[in-house]
Amino acid sequence: MIEIENITKRYGAVTVVNDVSLVVQPRTITVIVGTSGSGKTTLMRMINRLVEPTAGVIKLDGEDNRTLPGYELRRRIGYAIQGHGLFPHRTVAQNIAVVPELLGWDKAKIDARVRELLALFQLDPETFGPRYPHELSGGQQQRIGVARALAAEPNVLLMDEPFGALDPVIRSKAQEDLLAIQKRFGTTIILVTHDMEEAIHLGHKIAVMDGGNLLQYATPAEILANPATDFVATLVGTGDRPFRFLSLSPAGDAVEPGTAEGEAIPASATQRDALAELLWSGRPALPVVNEAGKAIGRVTVDGLVKRASRPAA
Amino acid sequence: MKLRLPTILRIGILALLIVFLLRPDWFEPIFRPLTQNNAPVIYNQGSLLTLTLLHLRTVAIATAGATIVAVALAILVTRPFGAEFLPLSRSLVNIGQTFPPVAVLALAVPAVGFGEKPTLIALFLYGLLPIFENSLTGLTTLPPTVTDAARGVGMTGWQRLVKVELPLAMPIILAGIRLSVTINLATATIGSTVAAKTLGEVIIAGLQSNNLSFVLQGGLIVGVLAVMIYDGLSAMERFISRRMGLLQQS
Repeated sequence: MIEIENITKRYGAVTVVNDVSLVVQPRTITVIVGTSGSGKTTLMRMINRLVEPTAGVIKLDGEDNRTLPGYELRRRIGYAIQGHGLFPHRTVAQNIAVVPELLGWDKAKIDARVRELLALFQLDPETFGPRYPHELSGGQQQRIGVARALAAEPNVLLMDEPFGALDPVIRSKAQEDLLAIQKRFGTTIILVTHDMEEAIHLGHKIAVMDGGNLLQYATPAEILANPATDFVATLVGTGDRPFRFLSLSPAGDAVEPGTAEGEAIPASATQRDALAELLWSGRPALPVVNEAGKAIGRVTVDGLVKRASRPAA
Repeated sequence: MKLRLPTILRIGILALLIVFLLRPDWFEPIFRPLTQNNAPVIYNQGSLLTLTLLHLRTVAIATAGATIVAVALAILVTRPFGAEFLPLSRSLVNIGQTFPPVAVLALAVPAVGFGEKPTLIALFLYGLLPIFENSLTGLTTLPPTVTDAARGVGMTGWQRLVKVELPLAMPIILAGIRLSVTINLATATIGSTVAAKTLGEVIIAGLQSNNLSFVLQGGLIVGVLAVMIYDGLSAMERFISRRMGLLQQS
């Protein structure tokens, strides 16, 4: 659990982060969203003390993050940034091994961990381990950046626009990978982005920041349904709101009894995908199948449209 | 590695230099036309090989000293606690460069006497600036994402310097050392005016006895040494840069 209590950061007369408090539950993904200059990155960097707050306290599992020296604290917290920040003079394997080495793990354990992580990110350890970062594609570099952040099995992972430099196809793959890894390790992730779409897709909770203030801290559904201010509403995008709302729940939740003709959609697909498929194929209803491929009912245009409307406050 | 023309040329020149230093009298016919009145053709007041080695030793000591001081200074003023000394150290090092080596020699002789010492002082001061400036450039123009990542993974200040900043700045620092060595190889010759054992002796002896052959021998050896060392250090820089992906592989 990460408790951020009345955190303020000032540079001279400029207040970059203004009295922000929020609690991040363990094993969840929290996304901090805001425009550039909103203080979102500064807020995140105060968690691992790359930036020292002017006032306020941050507690990790109940312990003030100033009890340890900054560098020791940072070895316990994963850190991945935009443009990966890999060390160009070290091989991929050496890059991933950085934090375990700083922590003094023995060599066999480090080697095993490097291989495990490379395999986890679908990179062959024999092929990629000895390569240098500049010999990799952008997507591969980004994966190594995340692998390095996870190398010492941190409970908390901080990510600063980790997918910002990737093209859309690789980005959505990287997002799926991140969700899978979060499920697997149960890491508490705090991710900074300016992309509300990404925030809604990844976050269990979203913190919206503007001008150093925390405007709203809530679940994606709550932010979509009841944006706290006009700024939050603008960020959400009124035009896309119903579709984003549908994208939060799987088609399985919208299943109605009955049958329908044509190609089926898996229950794990989002309701937005289901509606898109309905509209595109011009059908009034779609069959839904579960993971085993067995039909469990259907979704209808009418049913989905009803779900896309603003929930009663 | 395939032997290409430039490589063959380099090996050829090096071999020629070594042969000349070991058996200078073999080259007598070449230099003969440069002398008059039956003057000696090949330098005969000492061994060319010994002088060359002493010359190289002087330059090596001076450059090593300059490197240690300049790099240490650059590291110091790029740390948070040393930042305020940056302007001061810059001007100090600049003075070292603007002061003509001859003037340093003249000033140093009364203080430390004749011989190698004043030469070392002059070369040391003269070699500081290129190394200091390049080290500063190297240490202050590191990619920000990399330095941020180095802090973010939990390296201490010392670990960041040794494991990330210095290795990444190394090609630029080496370029500074290369410049300094080349300048000092040439400048060291004037050390012989204060009785330092360098190749300047050969040139000065030639000038005094109006013997063009001596002047050319001294000058050629210094020139070839400078070119070869410059070349070798450049190759080293390229190798390191390529390893780090700072240069695209050709």
